[in-house]
Amino acid sequence: MYHYTEFDADFLSERNAQFRAQVERRIDGSLTEDEFKPLRLMNGLYLQLHAYMLRVAIPYGTLNSRQMDQLAMIAEKWDKGYGHFTTRQNIQYNWPELRDVPDMLDALAAVNMHAIQTSGNTIRNVTADHFAGAAADEVADPRPVAELIRQWSTDHPEFQFLPRKFKVAVTGAQADRAVIKAHDIGLRIVERDGAIGYEVIVGGGLGRTPMIGKVLYDFVAEEDLLPTLEAIVSVYNLLGRRDNKYKARIKITVHENGIEDIRARVDARYALIRPQFGGVDQQMLARIKADFAAPQFRVADEAPYRNAYQNDPLFRSWADTNLSAHRAPGYAIVSISLKAHGKTPGDASARQMRLMAALAKRYGHDELRISHEQNVILPHVHKSDLPSVFAALRAEGLGTANIGLISDIIACPGMDYCALATARSIPIAQEIATRFDELKLEHEVGPLKIKISGCINACGHHHVGHIGILGLDRAGVENYQITLGGDGTEDATIGTRAGPGFSADEIIPAVERLVLAYLDLRTEPAETFLQTYRRLGMAPFKAALYPEAESKERADAA
Amino acid sequence: MPKPFTPKVVTANALLEGDVIYMTASGWTRDLAEAEVLTDEADADLRLIEAQSQPGSIVGAYLADVTLQDGVPHPTHFREDFRATGPSNYAHGKQETVKEEHF
Repeated sequence: MYHYTEFDADFLSERNAQFRAQVERRIDGSLTEDEFKPLRLMNGLYLQLHAYMLRVAIPYGTLNSRQMDQLAMIAEKWDKGYGHFTTRQNIQYNWPELRDVPDMLDALAAVNMHAIQTSGNTIRNVTADHFAGAAADEVADPRPVAELIRQWSTDHPEFQFLPRKFKVAVTGAQADRAVIKAHDIGLRIVERDGAIGYEVIVGGGLGRTPMIGKVLYDFVAEEDLLPTLEAIVSVYNLLGRRDNKYKARIKITVHENGIEDIRARVDARYALIRPQFGGVDQQMLARIKADFAAPQFRVADEAPYRNAYQNDPLFRSWADTNLSAHRAPGYAIVSISLKAHGKTPGDASARQMRLMAALAKRYGHDELRISHEQNVILPHVHKSDLPSVFAALRAEGLGTANIGLISDIIACPGMDYCALATARSIPIAQEIATRFDELKLEHEVGPLKIKISGCINACGHHHVGHIGILGLDRAGVENYQITLGGDGTEDATIGTRAGPGFSADEIIPAVERLVLAYLDLRTEPAETFLQTYRRLGMAPFKAALYPEAESKERADAA
Repeated sequence: MPKPFTPKVVTANALLEGDVIYMTASGWTRDLAEAEVLTDEADADLRLIEAQSQPGSIVGAYLADVTLQDGVPHPTHFREDFRATGPSNYAHGKQETVKEEHF
């Protein structure tokens, strides 16, 4: 993985010293809150409902054991002993005190991490496929180019005050696990005639106006990527609307001007700036690529795995749901669920973080990944080690076998923490998971993605949930709207609203009716919820959600 | 006709700790039950201005609606309920340790 150069370390050290002085000046009264707020936000420090919140970037979701250990140390020393992994491959500390934040940032810098541009109208943390470098279906590892984009965008002088925030996601595989079509820019590594290049998608995004990104270029050569990105953001910086916050994202710019107009403008800008990119970026990319060389995969007997799989039903259940195909023979990708039934999605205690770090070090070539689905990945584990890994995870409450199932729910922090939220989302996730655990149905239900947001900003990706839940404030009471048929993969689709919302008491039974209806409607167990929805459309699901309306309609018709 | 004025408290976040605080007659408290309840609109506006003139210790002061039960203020909106109590996913934050000290 990438290791900071002297330049990176010096830059970060200077930036942290600057922020330390800014915090001191805020505390001694030299800076007002209005003056301080933009400065703290540039360094990832929010003020939420109950406390400050520090959002730390985990670029392209990649960590080593030393970094994970440090995150645990920070959680214990300056927070309440846990961290919250988010849908943008960040970790959030929900309880820091203002005076401690400069020390926290220094502790992060000591392990090559920072909180820069995790807020504000800047280019945010670059996210990537969480199976990067390990997936069997990968054209190339997306992390080197994601690191190049991190370096290019960090403190980029032209892009510190964009019309609105700007999110970039990269995948190196055909199967999209990074939701690239719901990002301001989505990049997919493609191969054409033996050469590596990028499909460039712009104008995707969720929030109050969800849009699926449009293809700006179907192939951009590797050496042309950075000037292309610079041209896109530069065009957006001038053209994007600054008169209305709700129309300021690039998805609206693309929507209002049309993709052809945007392409013409980007082409013109590109022609102007291309000569400035003299190849230094490609030299840097080559060095970065060397840092991401694949580990030395070992060859070993898989018998321990086969034995455990045959003889231990708990292990078999976990292996069936939490493992994915690895590109190296004898290896598997392990998804560690941070979705134990009834717990807060994405939370990990310091103790759990240390265990995951230790397992990565001992069994996983010292690599960990954070997924946008709020789980932790050990990308490279030899199958012979899986029984030991599972036993250790189980002992710390990390052995839940539910990846991709109904209880593997994405949920934003919602009104339990977030100052912007209009309703809670975590307790809804907790109750759904607990309910389906009681029913012992989730393995029978099979792949089903529920995503919950506690406000219209859609941090919980509800628009691309097979079942999406949006929490709103209706006249001072929490109300939950359901959308159906959303999909965040390469077949990205925005879900359709099913009808009137449900109260907090009604939403769990409503989801249960929906899922039981699916079990009745599917042609065979292999037909997933999403496939059944696509085959039948909204009507039968709507009937299940609103049985009273349905019976009234029948009575009226009779 | 303007809406009748409903009882309010002045609330904010503490600058250093970031936690939820309420104005009392003589300072600030972390416990809503101890907050000064304002029943007069002009008085409430004045107290809010006084709060906002303390940027060295508090952030983001505003007036929040309360109802009185046995003379004790309670939040009217669920957002204020969570601010007064802490997160509802499990017991931590303010509900765990309502600090006694005033500042």
